Amino acid sequence: MSVLEVERLVKKFGGVAAVREVSFSLGEGEILALIGPNGAGKSTCFNMLNGQLRPDSGRIRLLGRDTVGLSPRQVWRRGVGRTFQITATFTSMSVRENVQMALLSHHRRLYALVPLAARQYREEAERILDLVGIADQAERSCGVLAYGDLKKVELAVALANEPRLLLMDEPTAGMAPRERIELMALTADIVRKQGISVLFTEHDMDVVFTHADRIMVLNRGELVAEGAPQAVREDPLVKQIYLGAGHA
Amino acid sequence: MSFFVVQFLTGLASAASLFLVACGLSIIFGVTRIVNFAHGSFYMLGAYLAATIVATLPVGIFSYWGSVLVAALVVGLIGIVVEIVVLRRIYHAPELFQLVATFGVVLVVQDLTLAIWGPADKLGPLAPGLDSAVNIGGQLLPEYDVALIILGPAVLGLLWLLFHRTRWGTLVRAATQDREMVGALGVNQRRIFTSVFFLGACLAGLGGAVQIPREPISLMMDLNVIAEVFVVVVIGGMGSILGAFLAAVIIGELNAFGILIFPEITLVLLFLVMAVVLVIRPRGLLGKPELTVGAQPAQIAAIHLPGPATKLAMGVLFAVLALVPLFAGDFLLVLLIEVMLLALFAASLHFIMGNGGMVSFGHAAYFGIGAYGAALAVVHSDSPMELALVLAPTAAGLAGLVFGWFCVRLSGVYFAMLSLAFAQIAWSVVFQWYEVTGGDDGLLGIWPSEWASDRFAFYYLSLIIVAGGVLMLRRMIFSPFGYALRAGRDSPLRSDAIGINLRHQQWASIVIAGAFAGLAGGLYAFSKGSVFPDAMSIPRSVDALVMVLLGGVDTLAGPLVGAAALIGLEDAISRFDYWRLILGLVIILICVTAPNGIVGSLKLAFAGRRERE
Repeated sequence: MSVLEVERLVKKFGGVAAVREVSFSLGEGEILALIGPNGAGKSTCFNMLNGQLRPDSGRIRLLGRDTVGLSPRQVWRRGVGRTFQITATFTSMSVRENVQMALLSHHRRLYALVPLAARQYREEAERILDLVGIADQAERSCGVLAYGDLKKVELAVALANEPRLLLMDEPTAGMAPRERIELMALTADIVRKQGISVLFTEHDMDVVFTHADRIMVLNRGELVAEGAPQAVREDPLVKQIYLGAGHA
Repeated sequence: MSFFVVQFLTGLASAASLFLVACGLSIIFGVTRIVNFAHGSFYMLGAYLAATIVATLPVGIFSYWGSVLVAALVVGLIGIVVEIVVLRRIYHAPELFQLVATFGVVLVVQDLTLAIWGPADKLGPLAPGLDSAVNIGGQLLPEYDVALIILGPAVLGLLWLLFHRTRWGTLVRAATQDREMVGALGVNQRRIFTSVFFLGACLAGLGGAVQIPREPISLMMDLNVIAEVFVVVVIGGMGSILGAFLAAVIIGELNAFGILIFPEITLVLLFLVMAVVLVIRPRGLLGKPELTVGAQPAQIAAIHLPGPATKLAMGVLFAVLALVPLFAGDFLLVLLIEVMLLALFAASLHFIMGNGGMVSFGHAAYFGIGAYGAALAVVHSDSPMELALVLAPTAAGLAGLVFGWFCVRLSGVYFAMLSLAFAQIAWSVVFQWYEVTGGDDGLLGIWPSEWASDRFAFYYLSLIIVAGGVLMLRRMIFSPFGYALRAGRDSPLRSDAIGINLRHQQWASIVIAGAFAGLAGGLYAFSKGSVFPDAMSIPRSVDALVMVLLGGVDTLAGPLVGAAALIGLEDAISRFDYWRLILGLVIILICVTAPNGIVGSLKLAFAGRRERE
């Protein structure tokens, strides 16, 4: 069964079609990369999937249910974890508390007035931090963390609601090359063990070709190529888009 | 029919002055990102100056309009002074400090105006040449109103030309979109900021100056107009001049026609229109989304559960307060009761502001509604103190339910302005509804029950309720609810992405904070034996902000220290005639020099020393 099915998705800004008739599906446990040059419509596409933007037309089905019109909050409740291109964490809280926040929300405990938040789901949070390899940073404030570690916090937070699907917008952006490979290897390892599907965008082609099961190429809002990494790598149209005319 | 035409034209005439002030505010905000609270003061100064200048000149058309123009220009110069002395130092401070600092300017201007022109209202002259009325189908419309109806669109047109046909205007529009980029292009930003402030202040001064034949000139003009202007700006959309014009016309017409149906209903109408606009267009009629407002503190302090030392300190403080009545006189007890009640009030504001990032400029609404809730129960249905003290937080919580529903749709300065508008509406209702609230005369004879009627007993009652309230608020800050609120302050994007319904969470927090403020207000009414409209006035709201600020936004003990400091300060300076001036200067000084507050600065100094050791 496919976790995500997208049919003829369209989004226009003014007269410009940012995404035109994009359709694809994502299988269970599959890691799918969405690539394309700047302005290809990757972020627009992403933002429609997680509910930040409403498509002009088209369907999005998550685990067999329609999600068009749902807010990011409701999409998350359906089992979608999210990481951002520019990390978004709670800077006045510790690393562990960031994960605890997601756990509190997942267990619908956000309106509890009496218990102490820092003592809720502590072990669960630590287990997740251990999984992504930053258990040693649990007590540190997210306001002082190195960027690479913040990316890991994002991953830990995204894993907290036992997601079926992870949406990762440039998960390694802003990191050093070595860190990039490490983080993506770690992510791939975790999702494969837990059977989580992943859709990610990325500019680092090493990361894309090493870890994606399948790659989609978006150009000017249209899906122009799709397939296994090797096939996409050799696609003449893709070469032309990335390297310019003359290389085709 | 002609009656309605005249009424419509009167509405347009009133809109002119409102538009001038509102677009000045909007233009200043567009470039500097500062909501200038002192804009009402500029308006008031414009009226006083114009009346004074025109009185020194021989009567004539030219001397009248000349005076109006000169008054506007002088106000513009005063604006430049304010910009250079105060605002220039806080462009990069969090928005809260900017708002509060400009309120400090309001206080200073109020006392200076009082010192120069005295407390009595003044009546301006009629405009020569426009002192009779036009007959429209048997109905009379003052000629002066016709002039104002022309003035509004004329200024709108001139501003359009200024912004679209001059180099300066192009630079200002560019700076409105991206001031850093304009700076990077080598444009002198300072000069742009100062000149924009001059223009905005001029427009406010002009708005006040042209009003002198239409309304008495008084010391209340500043705060009266600022609340209306905030409503105009919220409806029209911040930063849009045309939006300000449309909204001013809407408000002007609502006032003109509303007053026919039922004088009190004008306020309700305003409220409804604002509500409808905000629900349909949260950024106002012509407002643009995504205005980045004021800089946030780069590093937001973490909070920690009280350690043994803090707990000990809190215990000692409680013990000291519990022992004070054994040796203190009546005067000190009365003062301490006031400090405690205001501390609870400040702590309730801190709950939503420090923890939730919602800068409320109308928190006194809840304090006042609590006080009036209790007082009305006593006066109109003879209810005992115990019942009244249950009604007080209930009434305030309900008000939070209504006001909060609207406020949580907005953020940043919009939230601040809307909360202030609500508080001002509540204040006007209390002020005008004489039969029920006693208007300006207040409600008297609000005495505690027999058992709590002596100072001793009332002191302990206050101590227990305040200590309980503050502890409950503190506990909630550490609860999942409080954490979720703080999560929303830290990153709305991430909150949304992990399923937190931020609006809902904030709404609930406003109800809770409102209820605690109302409880403080209810007790306050009993402690004084009376209640007056100023319990929910703008200065009272600012008191709460200053207390939180004095203590430090990021510290939990802040509100308590802030309350003690503010009451201490007010007690010390209240014997001076011009205590507002002193208070205003102190506020400005704090905003400019110690943005971390007393507790925050001590903490920083302490941490710094430890690091050096």
